[in-house]
Amino acid sequence: MNDIWQAMATAVNLLAGLDASLVEIVARSLGVSLTAVVLATLIGLPLGAVLALSRFPGRRVILVIMNALMGLPPVVVGLIVLLMLSRSGPMGALGLLFTPAAMIIAQTILVLPIIVALSSTVIESLWQEYEEQMMSLGAGPWARVLALLWDGRFALMTTVLAGFGRANAEVGAVMIVGGNIDHVTRVMTTAIALEASRGDLALALGLGIVLLLLSLAINAASYSVREFARHRYQA
Amino acid sequence: MTGKPAPYPVKLENVWFNARTKPLIKDISATFADEEGLTVILGPNGAGKSLLLRLCHGILPAHEGLVTWGGGDDPGLHDHRQAMVFQRPVHLRRTAGGNIDFALKLHKMPRLQRAQRIDEALELTGLSRYRAIPARLLSFGEQQRLALARAWALAPDLLLLDEPTANLDPAAQRLIEEVLLKMIAGGTRVLMSSHDLNQARRLASHVVFLYRGRIKEQSSAEQFFAGPKNDLAQSFLRGDLLWWRRRAVFAPDPDKEDDKF
Ligand SMILES: Nc1ncnc2c1ncn2[C@@H]1O[C@H](COP(=O)(O)OP(=O)(O)OP(=O)(O)O)[C@@H](O)[C@H]1O
Ligand SMILES: [Mg+2]
Repeated sequence: MNDIWQAMATAVNLLAGLDASLVEIVARSLGVSLTAVVLATLIGLPLGAVLALSRFPGRRVILVIMNALMGLPPVVVGLIVLLMLSRSGPMGALGLLFTPAAMIIAQTILVLPIIVALSSTVIESLWQEYEEQMMSLGAGPWARVLALLWDGRFALMTTVLAGFGRANAEVGAVMIVGGNIDHVTRVMTTAIALEASRGDLALALGLGIVLLLLSLAINAASYSVREFARHRYQA
Repeated sequence: MTGKPAPYPVKLENVWFNARTKPLIKDISATFADEEGLTVILGPNGAGKSLLLRLCHGILPAHEGLVTWGGGDDPGLHDHRQAMVFQRPVHLRRTAGGNIDFALKLHKMPRLQRAQRIDEALELTGLSRYRAIPARLLSFGEQQRLALARAWALAPDLLLLDEPTANLDPAAQRLIEEVLLKMIAGGTRVLMSSHDLNQARRLASHVVFLYRGRIKEQSSAEQFFAGPKNDLAQSFLRGDLLWWRRRAVFAPDPDKEDDKF
């Protein structure tokens, strides 16, 4: 019991003193996850819009697959990216394995289905509401898409936050493709896994607290965005 | 809005519209808005008034038959010289002013002109003080007026209105009727559905009576209100036409088709 309290106290000290190694790991974590979310949004939002607004054979199949992939096990993604990036793999020549870039690729793949599936739902339901009016006003395809993205911005923001939450919390993918190398690819979740197994509870706990707070912050942000939209636009 | 062919007359040739296999608009051939003024479409609930207006607007494709605008010269909706106010108004998640602005931007109106036009449109419909209020927070009647303000701002040659005053209080209704009369005087041709016989008497120059997806009577307003030829229309004018009492009140229609649906 004493050990735990001691570890807790040390963890709080690390946090309060902005311990260098702790800060370094947190910064890398955020860097990797945020970059992955930005990339997944840039790819996923247009895909979601296309899936919501166009009708082509196979559209439903893709939507079902995207929904299924939202629960993709991170270790599987890690494994696939590992195979792609390993020296004998199709993208091995790039030499990205065990770099932050590899971790960003893995997390982008992990987040992409969330953004695609959720954003296409948002855009499609908005389109059902707006369709007749937009046709009546003679809005062309670009005007339609821009209006839907703008009017759906709050719901789309919560979609992106959901993706960020997923990227932040996963450990399996980054562990496999990053390798948890100190000062290079060590992020919060992999560091916690390692320190916990090594018995360095203080750093693990400190990082755990940061992770928890971050998760809370993401959910609080998501909630406020929804509330704001509801009050402002009855959206 | 000059130089281009006008979107009227709207001509329907053997137009059918079905929900799956059930016909809702049945073999309608008619010409609307071939003369100036307002044509009112009368008919009981579910007669197909809203469907007919959508077909005339070009946002609902006919399953059979042909709809043409301006004697076939006009491609339909895409030149935006038509505007429609729906029975259930749809507004974007923006302010009242922003909603009109959106429509005007689609018509490529320059910014300064837009601001002025929005002011006028809101003023005309008694909504000036709601300019900066999100449209979806307005009351239902206010939203309906905003939809009309937006249509007015587009200065359409052909205006389609689906029961535009059904939710309005008497004062607002008068205001809107004044706007409509002004537009009609300015040359806009209007096609409007309504249940309100008094309003129809006040505004209409032509009347179309629709029943179960068929036009039962089409005539000048004078003729219609003097006494329609069709027995259903007579009953509708008296105020005792009900969809489901049709069989009880009248001898069976030779047109048995209609009774199946
Ligand atoms: N997509 C659809 N599928 C099935 N039935 C439909 C569909 N759209 C309309 N209908 C039916 O077609 C009929 C005509 O509908 P419409 O909305 O045109 O009536 P209306 O004359 O405008 O009635 P109201 O006066 O109540 O507005 C109704 O009985 C309605 O239930
Ligand atoms: Mg209707």
